Amino acid sequence: MENIFVNISGSIRELIGVLGLPPLFNEAVMITVKVTGILLFIVLNALWLVYMERKVAGYIQCRYGPNRVGPKGLLQTAADISKLISKEIIIPSGADKILFLLAPVLIFTPPLMVFMVVPFGQNMAAVDLNIGVFYFLAVASLSTVIFWIAGWASNNKYSLLGGMRVVAQMISYELPMVLAVLGVVMITGTLNMSDIVRAQENLWFIFAQPVAFLIYFIAGVAECNRVPFDLTEGESEIVAGPFTEYSGMGFALFFLAEYTNVMLVSFMAATLFLGGWLAPFGLTIIPGWAWMLIKVYIMIFLFMWLRWTYPRVRVDQLMGFGWKVLVPLSLANIFITGVAIKVLDKMGW
Amino acid sequence: MTGMAVFIFLMTGIIFGIGGLAVSFLIHPRRKSAVKGETYECGPPTQGPAWVRFRAQYFVYALLFVIFDVETIYLYPWAVKFNKLGMFAFIEMIIFIFILVVGLWYAWKKGALEWR
Repeated sequence: MENIFVNISGSIRELIGVLGLPPLFNEAVMITVKVTGILLFIVLNALWLVYMERKVAGYIQCRYGPNRVGPKGLLQTAADISKLISKEIIIPSGADKILFLLAPVLIFTPPLMVFMVVPFGQNMAAVDLNIGVFYFLAVASLSTVIFWIAGWASNNKYSLLGGMRVVAQMISYELPMVLAVLGVVMITGTLNMSDIVRAQENLWFIFAQPVAFLIYFIAGVAECNRVPFDLTEGESEIVAGPFTEYSGMGFALFFLAEYTNVMLVSFMAATLFLGGWLAPFGLTIIPGWAWMLIKVYIMIFLFMWLRWTYPRVRVDQLMGFGWKVLVPLSLANIFITGVAIKVLDKMGW
Repeated sequence: MTGMAVFIFLMTGIIFGIGGLAVSFLIHPRRKSAVKGETYECGPPTQGPAWVRFRAQYFVYALLFVIFDVETIYLYPWAVKFNKLGMFAFIEMIIFIFILVVGLWYAWKKGALEWR
């Protein structure tokens, strides 16, 4: 069970190898197979997560959540998606039409690109990039630009406000996130995701870097624009932020991107701090990729729990917290980590 | 090889987005009207464009972000080689971070971090 996906990948590679095509072409086909698998995984999970979110919300608020369409309401999201596809995409007459359509086309791309370096299990990263962490931080932050395109192109005041808030919030919380991950990199001395997981064999980094994990998690929630940091789309003040003018499939793509981002941040938290595919308590009877999924789903549940428990913060609180608490705290964390490594080194660990 | 992989992932993302919109464009209804094309403003008629000059406060944050983001680019190579480099590199980096902390402190005192 442990190697089921690695074996499937190997047999596909053999199958293509029989054709006797140049190796570059073989590699391209392999990557295409992998990206298709990842895409399927993301879309199916996003469908499930929308359902899960509504169910969790329901139970937290002492009601049932969706329970009419299909058994236990399982087909609710499928029904929603087919409705959204068949709805008219209204382009406001005042909007910049090209940019208005470009934003939903591109919004899903950065999170998908980052999934390239995610180690789903042992030897299960699509490309085991040697600068994986850096790639993640660099590409994930491109989302900011696309949100801003959506906000500006709509030519709508709510969208403009929402777009401005997205940019301000995402750049403010990217700094603590980047600096928090630095602590992990200092301990492991590598930017390769798989190597970082292997370095957690004896001790998960959530125990070695608890402050970094907290900062990463808070910043991750803010990067995904989710409660309590969902000022960008705060329904009660600015309608839906940058997505105000989007209808039908355009809105669905933004929605998909949001859940993909949540998954991505959870995957990274599991990889960097929760030991990735490593089994806790020696429970290797459950395969590594299943452990990865369990950890990711624990993180996602935390996201949902937060969303349905806490109220939204104010914009001055948001920026103040980011710059006056998280940034100094993460810098202090780097300093303390450095001193601790040097001291332990001198003591002969 | 890695570049090709990044390119394939990028293309897949874009094709997925275009495909989603294209399928929708094929089957969605088209009933245009002047009112429907108007910019949404909670009901009342739209007042002026939204492409206006906007508050400068956001710009200050963007400037601060650029400064610290460039800092992190320098910090990453240092962090990777942290265990191999000696005490000298560590102290040097502390000085580097200290200068930036002074910068943050200055911005704080000047009120750049206050939301007005």
